[in-house]
Amino acid sequence: MEILVCVKRVPDSAENEISVGSDGTDIQRDDLTYGVNEWDNYAVEEAIQITERLGGNVTVVSVGDGDTEEVVRREMAMGAGQGLLLTDPAFEGSDGLGLARILQAAVKKGAYDLVLTGAQADDGAAQVGGMLAALLDWPYASLVNKIEVQEGSLVIGREIEGGAQEFSDIETPCVLSIQTGINEPRYVGLRGIRKVASVEIPVLTASALGLDPATVGAQGAKVRRIDYFVPPAGAGADMLKGSTADLAQQLFELLKAKGGLK
Amino acid sequence: MAVAEPFSPATASMFARTLFLLIPLAGLGCFAWIIWRRIIPLLRAAADPRWEHFGVRLKLVLKIWLGQWRHPRYLLAGVLHIILFLGFLVLGARSTQLVVLGFRAGFTLPGFGGVLGEVYNVVKDYAATAVLAAVAVLWVRRAFFKIQRYAVPEGLGKDHTPEALFILSLIATLLLSESLFEGSLLAATGGWAAPGTLAWGFSHLLAGAAIPSLAKVNLISYAVHDLTFFFFLCLLPLGKHFHVITSLFNVFFMRVRTGNVKPVRHGVSDAQLDEVKSFGVKKFEDFTWKHILDFYSCADCGRCSDRCPANIVKRPLSPRFISIKARDHGFKRYPILGAPATEPEPLIGGIFSEDEIWSCTTCGACEEECPIGIEYIDKMVDLRRGMVDEGKVPQSLQKPMASLEKRGNPWGKLEKKRADWTKGAGVEVKSVEQGDTAETLYFVDSISSYDDRMQKIAQATARVLDRAGVDFAVIGKDEKDSGHDVRRFGEEMLFQSLRDQNTESIQASEARRIIVNDPHALNALKNDYANMPPVQHMSELIAEGVRSGKLKFRGVDDPAKTYTYHDPCYLGRHNGVYDDPREAIDGIPGLKRVEMTGNCRDRSFCCGGGGLMLFYEPEEEQRMGVVRVEQARKAGADVIVTACPYCMVNIEDAIKVAGLEGKMEVIDLVELVDGHLQP
Repeated sequence: MEILVCVKRVPDSAENEISVGSDGTDIQRDDLTYGVNEWDNYAVEEAIQITERLGGNVTVVSVGDGDTEEVVRREMAMGAGQGLLLTDPAFEGSDGLGLARILQAAVKKGAYDLVLTGAQADDGAAQVGGMLAALLDWPYASLVNKIEVQEGSLVIGREIEGGAQEFSDIETPCVLSIQTGINEPRYVGLRGIRKVASVEIPVLTASALGLDPATVGAQGAKVRRIDYFVPPAGAGADMLKGSTADLAQQLFELLKAKGGLK
Repeated sequence: MAVAEPFSPATASMFARTLFLLIPLAGLGCFAWIIWRRIIPLLRAAADPRWEHFGVRLKLVLKIWLGQWRHPRYLLAGVLHIILFLGFLVLGARSTQLVVLGFRAGFTLPGFGGVLGEVYNVVKDYAATAVLAAVAVLWVRRAFFKIQRYAVPEGLGKDHTPEALFILSLIATLLLSESLFEGSLLAATGGWAAPGTLAWGFSHLLAGAAIPSLAKVNLISYAVHDLTFFFFLCLLPLGKHFHVITSLFNVFFMRVRTGNVKPVRHGVSDAQLDEVKSFGVKKFEDFTWKHILDFYSCADCGRCSDRCPANIVKRPLSPRFISIKARDHGFKRYPILGAPATEPEPLIGGIFSEDEIWSCTTCGACEEECPIGIEYIDKMVDLRRGMVDEGKVPQSLQKPMASLEKRGNPWGKLEKKRADWTKGAGVEVKSVEQGDTAETLYFVDSISSYDDRMQKIAQATARVLDRAGVDFAVIGKDEKDSGHDVRRFGEEMLFQSLRDQNTESIQASEARRIIVNDPHALNALKNDYANMPPVQHMSELIAEGVRSGKLKFRGVDDPAKTYTYHDPCYLGRHNGVYDDPREAIDGIPGLKRVEMTGNCRDRSFCCGGGGLMLFYEPEEEQRMGVVRVEQARKAGADVIVTACPYCMVNIEDAIKVAGLEGKMEVIDLVELVDGHLQP
């Protein structure tokens, strides 16, 4: 199977303290460390496991600049055979649709049976995978937590309410967005990264991809961020006092008053 | 003066003499073949230079092998074994003589002709008698008593008791046949036998029998001895009694230092590591020859597992079975008859499971206990290196490892906040970050820097250092985790990266000595890092202060409480610091201290592990910390004093889990001292 996995470089959620920048347009980025988006990492692991079972290639692609390369390289250290970087000043400031257009151009350049994205990015809106599928006119399934490969199609699983599991048929080629927990991603250590340190990662620009700069980047963005703020702190929690019987009575009154009881 | 013997095996008949020449030849030939087959995997194994420190090694042989130093730690079995062992050594000469007597009548070993020979004959008879008595006790013990440490857990094969009883029976056969051989000859010559010995017993039993009958008894007992001896000799390399042959070598080549970890590959420098194709141990042949010798030498005594905290809380790890399973795996791959295996067989997922190997806290109790010098920690680290190399790391450990890489601490906290604890110390703390210099560097390490609770230990450390008049500074935001447990969890390259960054900072500080409150940091700086100034733990400094009078304490705050000291693994077992912390505690007037007898000093029970072990989610029936807290309670203590922040985490948690909040407290040594400094 030829699989393309779209990955994003995001600030590490665990290793950072996020605070809003003074001009309210973005978070403070001076002291941040970055890594691969967690959902995307699960997607890459899944792709590698599929090709380990059935043969084929895994290509990891990302839209970004020189910094983004380290993320692509890390996924290659994990076991993805090829990397691909989509870099162009024209890409900066893209909204979800713009990113989807860029990725669509990259998909068209190859012959992929399957495209995977993470269900969402830490700092994202869970939209690119779906838009990409629509632009490609390919079938799309989201929040996938199980993949079984068949001839010309896949059986995919999704967790639904109450922990139940739903399975569906989907024809390939298709786009899937991957949920965390689909597998246990293998560890990538310093040694693995050093092993791929000098592997060539091809870079494609807007013109190489045949993209009109007006349709991507800040130019082509139809959704623009206008504000970024920490919500004002509320009064805090209401602490009820009294004996257990008192508390039960107070709670009952509150629930009745606020419509929590039918 | 030799008396002409009325009969001997060598003169019984031409047939007998030929037989008694052929048996040893066949036996030795068979034995040599078996030993050769056992050597083959050692030749294919990884290198392991073990000839250095020759003098130390000789001392270890004298103390641990000949002196059986570790055996009395399990008193009954230990004393019995010492009798067995010394008996074997004494009887070695007699056994040799016996072999030759089969085809050379009247043979005595060179030097054993005169007085020495006479004395020896007496000594050997008592030795044989003592050994038989020991064998009888061991036989009954093994057959009729269910000794816990000999039990074989479910799924790990059949009980080992039949093997043990068989060997004991063979030994008994050797002793009885030799004594009967001797006794029958004495009965014929009327010679003197040492009273109370087996030979004496047989000579009296047979006194008065006709010479031809005695000759027959003599011949048959000789044949039985000869056959049994060579059968036994060839049997030794096939099971747990291989240790009879290998123990001398295993002890000679055992580790001479504690606390350190073997390099990824001996003979390959750090700079050359990028060229190494595969890290760690993934298949049997990746072990070093010494590790394979360890597997051969395991006597199946179970002492290691009996003291292993992971085994006691029922994690899937039993050190004894690491050795036994690996030994059997090696025997299977390299059989006595038939070609050795050529296909590599992965150990993880085969004889070992991933959790089995991650369960080890590297506490060192196993190595401390083993009477044959078998090593375990290096094997665990090597197996982990192999798993890390293949990406097989539990998810719970991947996050802290990533944080260590990105931020230099397992919680992913910001570097610039590493020295924030100094603000609440109550004394001024210099830092290299701010451009200060000092003679002493206080290496704080991650947990004491970032953890809310452990910061209090760091702050107490600063105050005690200040009171002791020590000119010290911390590194500040450039200090990284020492990497101690990163290395022991198999991530060697990340460890080296942390080590190199810290080494630069430490050398740039120009400090002439390093002080730590964290035994993991102590061990890393002392045993993992190179070119460091001398490193000391706070307990050593405090004890010095008590001895010199520089540190004076007021009377203990609560004389009604009973204190006990918990030896942290990396301060006690791995670095030999047992007395200084006790001296420090005893320096507080009126403080009542008890020992957790049987579980203190080098038998201290691991709190649960430190460093990355705090993040691992083990399968266990109980927490190690809870076992430890129960031990403290049984010793009559209501306050546990420890000298390690990881011990503090585990024991504080355990007190809650055990439901002993309000009944048991835990305090760090430095905090205790800080709280009792005279105003």
